[in-house]
Amino acid sequence: MYKIAVIGGGVIGGMVARQLTKYEKSVLILEKEGDVAMGQSKANSGIVHGGYDPKPNSLKAILNVKGSKMMENLCKDLKVKYRKNGTMVVGFTEEDVTQLKVLKERGDLNGVEGLEIISGEEARLKEPNLDETVSCALYVPSGAIVCPYELTIHSIGNAMDNGAELKLNFQVDKIENKGKYFLITSSKGDVVEAEYIVNAAGIHSDEIAHLIGDRSFNITGRRGEYFLLDKETGDLVDMTIFRVPTKMGKGVLATKTVDGNILLGPTSEDIEDKENKETSAQGLGLVREREREFFKNIPWDKVITQFTGVRAHGDQGDFIINSPMERFVNAAGIESPGLSSAPAIAEMVVEMLMDMGVNSEARADFDPIKKGGTNFKDLSMEEKNALIQEDDTYGRVICRCEEVTEGEIRRALRENPPARDVDGIKRRTRSGMGRCQGGFCMPNVAEIIADELGISYDEVTKMGGNSKYTFGRIKG
Amino acid sequence: MEKDLVIIGGGPAGMAAAVAARERGLKDILIIERDDRLGGILRQCIHNGFGLHRFKEELTGPEYGERYETMVKDMDIDYMVNTMVIDLSEDKVVTAVNKEKGFFNIRAKSVVLAMGCREKNRGALAIPGERPAGVYSAGTAQKIVNIKGYLAGKEVVILGSGDIGLIMARRMTLEGAKVKAVLEIMEDSGGLTRNIVQCLNDFDIPLKLRHTVKEIHGRERVTGVTTVQVDENFKPVPNTEEYISCDTLMLSVGLIPENELSKKAGIEMNPKTRGPVISDYKETSVRGIFACGNVVKVHELVDFVSQEGEIAGRGAADFVMGNQPSEIKVKGSQNEQKKGVKNLGGIICTICPNGCKIQVAGDGTISGNLCKRGVEYALQEMKEPLRTLTSVVNTEDGLMVPVKTDKPISLKSMKKAMEELNSLTLVLPIRLGDIIIKDIGETGANLVATASLGD
Repeated sequence: MYKIAVIGGGVIGGMVARQLTKYEKSVLILEKEGDVAMGQSKANSGIVHGGYDPKPNSLKAILNVKGSKMMENLCKDLKVKYRKNGTMVVGFTEEDVTQLKVLKERGDLNGVEGLEIISGEEARLKEPNLDETVSCALYVPSGAIVCPYELTIHSIGNAMDNGAELKLNFQVDKIENKGKYFLITSSKGDVVEAEYIVNAAGIHSDEIAHLIGDRSFNITGRRGEYFLLDKETGDLVDMTIFRVPTKMGKGVLATKTVDGNILLGPTSEDIEDKENKETSAQGLGLVREREREFFKNIPWDKVITQFTGVRAHGDQGDFIINSPMERFVNAAGIESPGLSSAPAIAEMVVEMLMDMGVNSEARADFDPIKKGGTNFKDLSMEEKNALIQEDDTYGRVICRCEEVTEGEIRRALRENPPARDVDGIKRRTRSGMGRCQGGFCMPNVAEIIADELGISYDEVTKMGGNSKYTFGRIKG
Repeated sequence: MEKDLVIIGGGPAGMAAAVAARERGLKDILIIERDDRLGGILRQCIHNGFGLHRFKEELTGPEYGERYETMVKDMDIDYMVNTMVIDLSEDKVVTAVNKEKGFFNIRAKSVVLAMGCREKNRGALAIPGERPAGVYSAGTAQKIVNIKGYLAGKEVVILGSGDIGLIMARRMTLEGAKVKAVLEIMEDSGGLTRNIVQCLNDFDIPLKLRHTVKEIHGRERVTGVTTVQVDENFKPVPNTEEYISCDTLMLSVGLIPENELSKKAGIEMNPKTRGPVISDYKETSVRGIFACGNVVKVHELVDFVSQEGEIAGRGAADFVMGNQPSEIKVKGSQNEQKKGVKNLGGIICTICPNGCKIQVAGDGTISGNLCKRGVEYALQEMKEPLRTLTSVVNTEDGLMVPVKTDKPISLKSMKKAMEELNSLTLVLPIRLGDIIIKDIGETGANLVATASLGD
């Protein structure tokens, strides 16, 4: 019997689990995929929004402003890449200036600091490549960027370091309320018991709510397609650029990532199949077309990959954070600014659980600092060499594009939450994330995974399930 | 550490540069190679067709590599393997890392860049669809099959008819996979004629010109691709979509010179070739830094890579020793080989790079050949095509030994020969030229090792 089961190993589940372990050791995270951060937490823009956008007094407004203020210190503790690069919402017409004023007023009301409306020339002083048709901008100095999957992986890792457990490949199929506890059954028939449940199942959170008879909300999958560009193109833009929202929505953004790549996108398209993570010629074409509004000379020949994220769009106009039943909390419909709000959402959810009886006394042995996780590349040459003396696998470079060593890959297979496949290694170490996209390192990464896990080479997968790379030995 | 010459990359370009620099009299040379052995990408190119210009005989990739490796060792040229160069400065400080030394700097008087190239991948093409396992660049698949010894796919579609794609079509077929189609967006194949003949036609693999992949399907492993025909502007032709079920998509869509280090050193680049701008002596815009091989531009043949390596190596030696640069003598011709075959009526002679298209008339008159070897070739092709079989053989510790038949065997005897070599497990060490199987498949040919492995 666990005290609390958190359904969903995304950024919300991870943050909630970590926040819980400050008070309670008996926390179980249930994740349907073979790794954490497999849904919208791995494929979004990675923006920590200032908080000028949401309607004042909404949960989105309150939690966004609070969460984004918490984010910097949290990232320090969790050893997650974070940078306050600033955001600009750019406009092109007189009408757009009026719109920007509305946004600024809203932001001021929400408590966002330092907002400023600036001219096109001032905007180009900050971002010289911005198109000359940009005539006005809202400057948001508190806007920041973070690596969303690293934030998820490290928060879950820190929760696990503090006692939480993680069950992968556990797709919740049935929840029975036994009066004092819940019986949770997986699609494979595995059973766990927990007194409390947090529903942080992302795009599937409505389906989880349905399991206990809560039909008060629905989640639509909203697909967004992105381009990622080579670090070499990093000069294109440093801040995060949005356009003034139109009736058609927020439009695309352009941003530097914390790793120095350029990210362009996303589209916004409601889809039937929530697991549809395809890119499409149409969607990618739309991104290309819309980004031209910001920049004339985007180096499209330096694109290294495209991907799709599916956002959990709720039908309630705000985050859905409530308790439809004793000992059960929904944290659903967490779309933008969900990442920015995540630390504050976690606090709110845990306070709700405490009101329902979860221990509220802080544990003395809680360690807020993520174990390990040091970025090898950030060390000085002396520190690196000291590490290589101790463990020579840090002297063997496996991924040449991102300079990832065997030592880091082995560590990612040992540290919480341990990687189990090549994509898991990629998200934890960046091996395969560079310009050759794993063409060089993948065969060797697979070898290290096989060695660490004690499995054969042909059992290594890209992302669990049937995503095997090879079909057995060719000989003998 | 200080060195007269540091060569970055121990493939055919780097080794040739080292040998030439030593022959010119330079003593203090170091080759740095990131893999566990010298040879570069040749080690996984187990097929034959190398060396016709440089050594006047036909070699496999590992054999060609080992010839240079032997020269390097015989000349006592220093080299480090399992060592990655991660930085190069304009004043020729090379920063490298390996397990033994950690990170270390070398002050070099001269540097030869010989890092080769990398493959274009799916991301560069922006092929829409899912992102499952089973989408490989052809070279990655080649490494998995030939070096690691695992089957990268069972039902394969290959996009791009460059040489690596063609070679992999044959390679996968010999290993028991079904290659369903090779797609080429251009109206001609970019591969050598001999590869079209010997890798596709020999095995009845369809080459679909003016076709490309429109979408990739499969959530975990590839389940299929949608192909589409394109017009002369590469725009999809409506209603020509076709679904091909497969578990693997291999991409052979081009190579890009690998110049991250060159850029770090502030070397001027040629935007067209994506390699450094170089002088006749292969010197870059930074004095004392030379470049050769595929890091400069992607070459058709390894023989030309070696030739360029030699010039760069001599140039570096002259630079360090303060000599006047030597006159550049180009050995042999640098004629481009025949490429692109639209219509395979007649017989394409593959004896030499000319690739004559030979017609045999009803009365037995033979025409189209430039030399009399073409007559013999055409007669043999009509009677029974003969081919050198190349493959790999397993060893007890899992390393793969590249092998070939020591003379061409008939196409129809290949299957039996493959079965025979597949069941074998060797014990190391193996020397290049060792006979692995005598009279394989009763063909009269011996199966011989094309590389030395084990101590």
